[in-house]
Amino acid sequence: MNEMPAGSRGKFPIHIIVFLAPAVIIYTLFMIWPLLDSLRLSLYAPSPDGGVTFVGFQNYATLFNDPNYSERFWGALRNNVVFFIIHMAVQNPVGLLLASFLASRVTRFRTVFRTLIFTPTVLSVVLVGFIWRLILSPLWGISEGILAVIGIENQPWLGLPETALPTLSLVSVWQYVGIPMMLFLAALIAIPDEIIEAAQVDGATGWNVFWQIKLPLILPTVGIVGVLTFVGNFNAFDLIYTTQTALAGPNFATDLLATLFYRTFFGFQLQLGNPTMGATVAGVMFAIILAGVLVYLFGWQRRLLRNEVQL
Amino acid sequence: MKKVLLFAVVMLLALSVSGVGAQDQVTLVIESWRNDDLTAWEDVLIPAFEAAYPNINVEFAPTAPTEYNAALNTKLEGGTAGDLITCRPFDTSLALFQAGNLASLNDLPGMENFGDVAKSAWITDDGSDVFCVPMASVIHGFLYNADIFAELGLSEPTTESEFYAVLDAIKADGNYAPLVMGTNDQWESATMGLQNIGPNYWMGEEGRLGLIAGTAKYNEGGFLAAFEALAKWQAYLPDGYQAQTYPDSQNMFSLGLGAIYPAGSWDISVFRSQADFELGAFPPPVPDGQETCYISDNTDIAMGMNAASAHSEEARLFLEWMTTPEFAQLYSNAIPGFFSLSNAAITLDDPLAQEFVDWRGTCESTIRSAYQILSRGEPNNETELWSYSAQLLNGAVTAQEAADAVQTGLASWYEPQMGG
Repeated sequence: MNEMPAGSRGKFPIHIIVFLAPAVIIYTLFMIWPLLDSLRLSLYAPSPDGGVTFVGFQNYATLFNDPNYSERFWGALRNNVVFFIIHMAVQNPVGLLLASFLASRVTRFRTVFRTLIFTPTVLSVVLVGFIWRLILSPLWGISEGILAVIGIENQPWLGLPETALPTLSLVSVWQYVGIPMMLFLAALIAIPDEIIEAAQVDGATGWNVFWQIKLPLILPTVGIVGVLTFVGNFNAFDLIYTTQTALAGPNFATDLLATLFYRTFFGFQLQLGNPTMGATVAGVMFAIILAGVLVYLFGWQRRLLRNEVQL
Repeated sequence: MKKVLLFAVVMLLALSVSGVGAQDQVTLVIESWRNDDLTAWEDVLIPAFEAAYPNINVEFAPTAPTEYNAALNTKLEGGTAGDLITCRPFDTSLALFQAGNLASLNDLPGMENFGDVAKSAWITDDGSDVFCVPMASVIHGFLYNADIFAELGLSEPTTESEFYAVLDAIKADGNYAPLVMGTNDQWESATMGLQNIGPNYWMGEEGRLGLIAGTAKYNEGGFLAAFEALAKWQAYLPDGYQAQTYPDSQNMFSLGLGAIYPAGSWDISVFRSQADFELGAFPPPVPDGQETCYISDNTDIAMGMNAASAHSEEARLFLEWMTTPEFAQLYSNAIPGFFSLSNAAITLDDPLAQEFVDWRGTCESTIRSAYQILSRGEPNNETELWSYSAQLLNGAVTAQEAADAVQTGLASWYEPQMGG
């Protein structure tokens, strides 16, 4: 981009440092340094004298192998994967579907729908969790009447190990479906009309246009939505915490990595907190999210960029 | 830039002014898990103290019960905890004392107003240091809706078979939930369930001390019988009890939708203010043919002093006031269901609270089985009892499986239980 005259080094562009400094300083101070310090903490264990001693990767071995921890850890990881799969399988396709409707010129009241669908996203999770607890309450919830209409027998959805996690995943989908919808909508609107009109002149049906023209053109957005969902899901905590408390009942059926982290780090009820093991759980979460983001960067975004160059 | 400087100067001035003011007026902050007691503290107890000590302000700052231990530890480590700290019984507070977070109260005037049993929950194993002023114990039993009992012509059950006959009658009627309890929050299953009826099966202190000595086991004899008795409750819980929380249960009972509520005495104050029907109470029914009854009379709550408090002198004054008969009288009546551990003779205004406390005369008292010593290791015995009691009521495990699992967990780290 910048063509420096060969041989002349020129004056060092100080303004670059000035412009970068605030972001670099703040980001280092509040993100990078705490992150590294947390990773460092995960290599220590409490010693009898009240301090901490260096134990290398012992905590990670305990987390993966010691029955006291490993059962909870692998359970939380499994639940987290299920949580993510449900979001990828429901939230993002539904978001795309809604965006397609909203991008279509024939749909009426588009702004109204767009606002309504996006509203839950800006609500507090505490509020959403509380409302859904009330709706699903076996004592006075309204879910019983609604489900009776479509012939489904009401159950204590949040109280059974088999249904609690899917139910909470769908509540989370309900809340956040507005975000992929908006991203997809922005991408769909940006597609030039000429391309679509040209395809229609060539005899393409609406179905063909979607699969062969629109979808390939919004693939970068699909990737971004995917990676946002991944990061969001593997950090998810608040919904579980507000509806099921940090015990993530029933019998840890809704335990995610973040609730496991919370119980380990801060402790819960009579169980005391263990900061170093908590940092270990956080370290594993960091590794998982980092791996996911790297897969996205190298497996998806780079390939797309290469395709673009070929175009 | 000038404005910023000016602002900084003003802030500094304001700080120094308030610093001067603080010398005259000291504010003490109480850490507690009892958010239900907020009004009692603010309207009755604190005004009584402040009337006697006008230069000390006291602020009651409770945290949610399940969060309390974790939040308190974090605050203590960060140096932001309050001056006065409400103490959980036994190991949790002992750990705080050993970590240097709680001050020793051996020489606090007024401590002689408490007996050894009262102090036993807040003393080091060798008895050399006491670190909290005992406040109260809570008693478990059953509350019932007397209107429903009258409607169905039922009377208070005293034995196990009478208890199930009453439950069957309510179930047959079909209008009310026989037993109002949910398993969602887990702790009720253990605390209001297992620890409520259990002492009758494991013979109170005899069984509890047996566990500590290694002579009794969770998966044998009385303890197994207690799990088996709890398992029978499944048939009488409300529809969807698996997703029913503790507040749900309180609401359900106070709205008159259920007949019998497995209670802790602390529930009395909640129902006094919310339920508009006649309340009754009966102690845990004894197994048929058993003469002696046992109740869980758990030394539950005490108050200690943050060793790092900046106002330790004033905090000690407050604790000293808490040892007086005046406080015992005020506290027991302001928060019915919490029974003062003081030796002072007190009169209770609430007849229901009086009934609970009268059981001390007719039954043998014990405390919850996992509180002393047994919750020091991992897996935490109390947490395991919660989890397996809830799973037992959810039908996920049998009584034998639950008892075996709890015993295995305890035996995995507690030496007297190993190798048996």
